[in-house]
Amino acid sequence: MRFVFFIPLLILLSCAPNKCGVIIAGSTSVQPFIEKVAEHFMEKNPSIMVNVQGGGSTAGVQATINGTCDVGTSSRDLKPSERGLRVILIALDGISVIIHKDNPVENLTVEQIRDIFAGRATNWQELGGLNTEIIPVTREEGSGTRASFEDMIMGEDVISDACLVQDSNGAVREIIATTAQGVGYISVGLVDEREKAVAIDGVEPTLVNLITEKYRFARPFLLLLRDEPQGDVKKFIDYTLSPEGQEILGSSGLIPVNQVSVD
Amino acid sequence: MKDKIAEKILLFIALSAILSLALITFFIFQQGIPLIFKAGLANFFSLKWAPTRAGFGILSMIIGSLMVTVGALAVGVPFGLAGAIFLAEFSSKTIQKTLKPIIELLAGIPSVVYGFIGIVILVPFIRNTFGGPGFSVLAASIILGIMILPTIVSISYDALLAVPTTYREGSYAVGATKWQTVVMLLIPAARSGIVAGIILGMGRAIGETMAVIMIAGNALKIPGSIFDSVRTLTSTIALELGYAAGDHRAALFACGSILFLIIIVLNIFAIRITGRK
Repeated sequence: MRFVFFIPLLILLSCAPNKCGVIIAGSTSVQPFIEKVAEHFMEKNPSIMVNVQGGGSTAGVQATINGTCDVGTSSRDLKPSERGLRVILIALDGISVIIHKDNPVENLTVEQIRDIFAGRATNWQELGGLNTEIIPVTREEGSGTRASFEDMIMGEDVISDACLVQDSNGAVREIIATTAQGVGYISVGLVDEREKAVAIDGVEPTLVNLITEKYRFARPFLLLLRDEPQGDVKKFIDYTLSPEGQEILGSSGLIPVNQVSVD
Repeated sequence: MKDKIAEKILLFIALSAILSLALITFFIFQQGIPLIFKAGLANFFSLKWAPTRAGFGILSMIIGSLMVTVGALAVGVPFGLAGAIFLAEFSSKTIQKTLKPIIELLAGIPSVVYGFIGIVILVPFIRNTFGGPGFSVLAASIILGIMILPTIVSISYDALLAVPTTYREGSYAVGATKWQTVVMLLIPAARSGIVAGIILGMGRAIGETMAVIMIAGNALKIPGSIFDSVRTLTSTIALELGYAAGDHRAALFACGSILFLIIIVLNIFAIRITGRK
């Protein structure tokens, strides 16, 4: 009977990194999309297990450097201190500003969005809406989505301390879906029918507008590697960049990388 | 011989609990304290929290944690104490035997479930009734107040039962009513146990994370009223750790150090008070 104790140990040992398929970790924004790709990939290659974890862009970079995952993911460009990794662009992701679906506002200017999140605009009436207060919801300090939003929209302005803070796209979406006065920002691909994405400066965040770069608020989705990809890892990356993998990403609301104009 | 071996093994297991506490303490302080000195005390206890831009002020979170805790006590203590008095003095054995386990069951509900109930029921109710975002000090206080009920009820109940029957008999003998006995005799006599229960409940309220993240809104601004959003120390750590690196990560450990100190102090008080009995 004693050998029974060794079974869990054996399972643990056999699952050491690189032996038990591909471990992917990082950005919570990239996670749901790469999970979809992984699902299709595993259907095609039943012998390879792909395990997708969250943690955040920074955690993804760290895990790649430490070798605790095979592939890291990031929803922002790497900082100067994080250079030295191989970076593969798999798609672009638009950021949309969302409001409750009963809110009559359809369009906001960049200036207005900046005013809302800097705490200068506090009533929807100022922006063509109802006479109710504005409840802005932002992401936590350090989030990739927040960093992109600050870069692309806030500019020199700082997001006000009065904003509610949530730690995932899903949590922000949940609050906006249930709060008539709310406004927040999430990935274009994650907007569902319970809330409304506003047009920014008159341009709606549609896929066409994103591809043609009329809608300018997009950020890169990156895969990170420490070394030259090999074996299962290489297979997975090749699949992600293949027309089929790109098709999966595109149909989920991202801009496939083969449609991105290289400048 | 076998006894000796068993003794050694048990000793080792007992020590491993203390060892892990020592390691946790060491690790938190080793990661957090250097940043406090690097940033400077003035920066660390300021209001500006922007850890990716060298603002490490945690004052608003300390105030937030305290507000939420005081709120939780304002909800939990009257209800908890009333419950304990009712169970110990005014109810039959059968009621005691049914109610006590049910109240203790409250402690077994995962905090994420409390948070979920808060989001689905309490937050919309507060938003529709009082205005504001609904994610507020009030919502967090009510949910935390319920979460600390079992601690306060059980410990106060035990303290009340521990008061010798002769006290009660003496009180009745001089003509006091039951209510007078409870208020003037039993509560003062069981005071140390009741206070210990409250302090332990307070520790739980300060340390609670998941439920608070879900219903407090987590805005950094110091709330102007109980209907405003609030950020606690624990929520900051849990919200930001996933993305934090470098000084930001160290700042979160510094938050942890402060939280650790607060909770140690509370526990020392609790032990002192119960020990004096």
